[in-house]
Amino acid sequence: MISKVVAGPSEALHDLFDNATVMLGGFGLCGIPENCIAAILKKGTKGLTCISNNAGVDDFGIGLLLKTRQVKKMISSYVGENAEFERQLLSGELEVELIPQGTLAERVRAGGAGIPAFFTPAGVGTEVAAGKEVREFDGKQYLLESWLRADFAIIKAWKGDTAGNLVYKGTARNFNPMMATAGTVTVAEVEELVPLGTLDPNQIHTPGIYVQRIFQGKNYEKRIEQRTVSK
Amino acid sequence: MLDKIGIAKRIAKEVKDGMYINLGIGIPTLVANYIPAHIQVVLQSENGLLGIGPFPKENEVDPDLINAGKQTITMMPGSALFSSAESFAMIRGGHVDLTILGAMEVSETGDIANWKVPGKMVKGMGGAMDLVASAKHIIVAMQHCSKDGASKLLKKCTLPITGIKCVKRIVSDLAVLDILPTGGFKLLERAPGISVEQIKNATEGRLVIEGNIPEMQL
Repeated sequence: MISKVVAGPSEALHDLFDNATVMLGGFGLCGIPENCIAAILKKGTKGLTCISNNAGVDDFGIGLLLKTRQVKKMISSYVGENAEFERQLLSGELEVELIPQGTLAERVRAGGAGIPAFFTPAGVGTEVAAGKEVREFDGKQYLLESWLRADFAIIKAWKGDTAGNLVYKGTARNFNPMMATAGTVTVAEVEELVPLGTLDPNQIHTPGIYVQRIFQGKNYEKRIEQRTVSK
Repeated sequence: MLDKIGIAKRIAKEVKDGMYINLGIGIPTLVANYIPAHIQVVLQSENGLLGIGPFPKENEVDPDLINAGKQTITMMPGSALFSSAESFAMIRGGHVDLTILGAMEVSETGDIANWKVPGKMVKGMGGAMDLVASAKHIIVAMQHCSKDGASKLLKKCTLPITGIKCVKRIVSDLAVLDILPTGGFKLLERAPGISVEQIKNATEGRLVIEGNIPEMQL
């Protein structure tokens, strides 16, 4: 089988271009592609449209790319906890499209699955519905939403093999599996890159067909936003 | 008048054995602390978990295991993990029995506003629009009035809405009320020490009062 392994994030993103549309996995700071974000920061790619559930925090995650003004537009469901984001949004430097979280997940899934549009009840009667077709099915109203696809889907998994098969851990799975399917080029960074045949085929979350490039990440910080403990 | 814990305790009485439940951030999260031990439920976290357990001990903290409020959590025995698409499939598909969430305003027809205050920073709707559009049963935990005394139970919401005709029951600091299918807040219970008159004065929308209104049992 063809090896999809690259040396690291710079090689994986060598052809990332200005004004590209990029999906980034993660929920909050959980399951984000830390190594790739650092590489984009270093590369200085500009004008990015980022599709990601959140926008990181001031000094971590996508927040780092906002600080350097590399992001032109964010497509997200929730963008709190980020003062620089707020500043750029209010000053009009940053475009933002807010999408209900389930609609965002399904639009990405649809993009990867070749479904150009679908109807969902989320947002009916709200400002999210502005300009969208509403149709009634069995007496209830639904909104027409279209797929999302990206030039690059950048995701993070726990384990992966040289063929790009992936396994996620805990709630770090979140948006990563759908995004893996919706990128023209999908780059996966993993905590543990294992030889072919090591992962149990019964336990694969993302089949390797969706992944073009994979590398072993390093120095994961895995920052926690709300450390909450019981006594 | 109930405090936040009082509201959470009263809502916990609505929870039935065997339910799958999604709890929103804030007071709804507190509800989990007051579900009686003999009632077993499964808590759904929309970032991809069925079976939220208690907060971890210091030595159990796992950055790869958080709830939708980004707090570190643990998993109950028998938990299941999944993607965000799967998570919202179970929400939209009507498989979650009960959604408990907060609100800034509710209208007498069951519209809810809880995601945006124009002129202030907009953080986004997260999963709230998907949840309210699809849940079989929605209970709202809220303050009956704003700090300056203005009613939040209205004829019509003034803030941008999150969903239409979706709220079924409200537990406020003053009362328990149902939204009638034909519109209107039907008063079911009074908070300890609160009179029907006080609830009338605090409710801008149509309030329906039939017979004697009992005081809540907590």
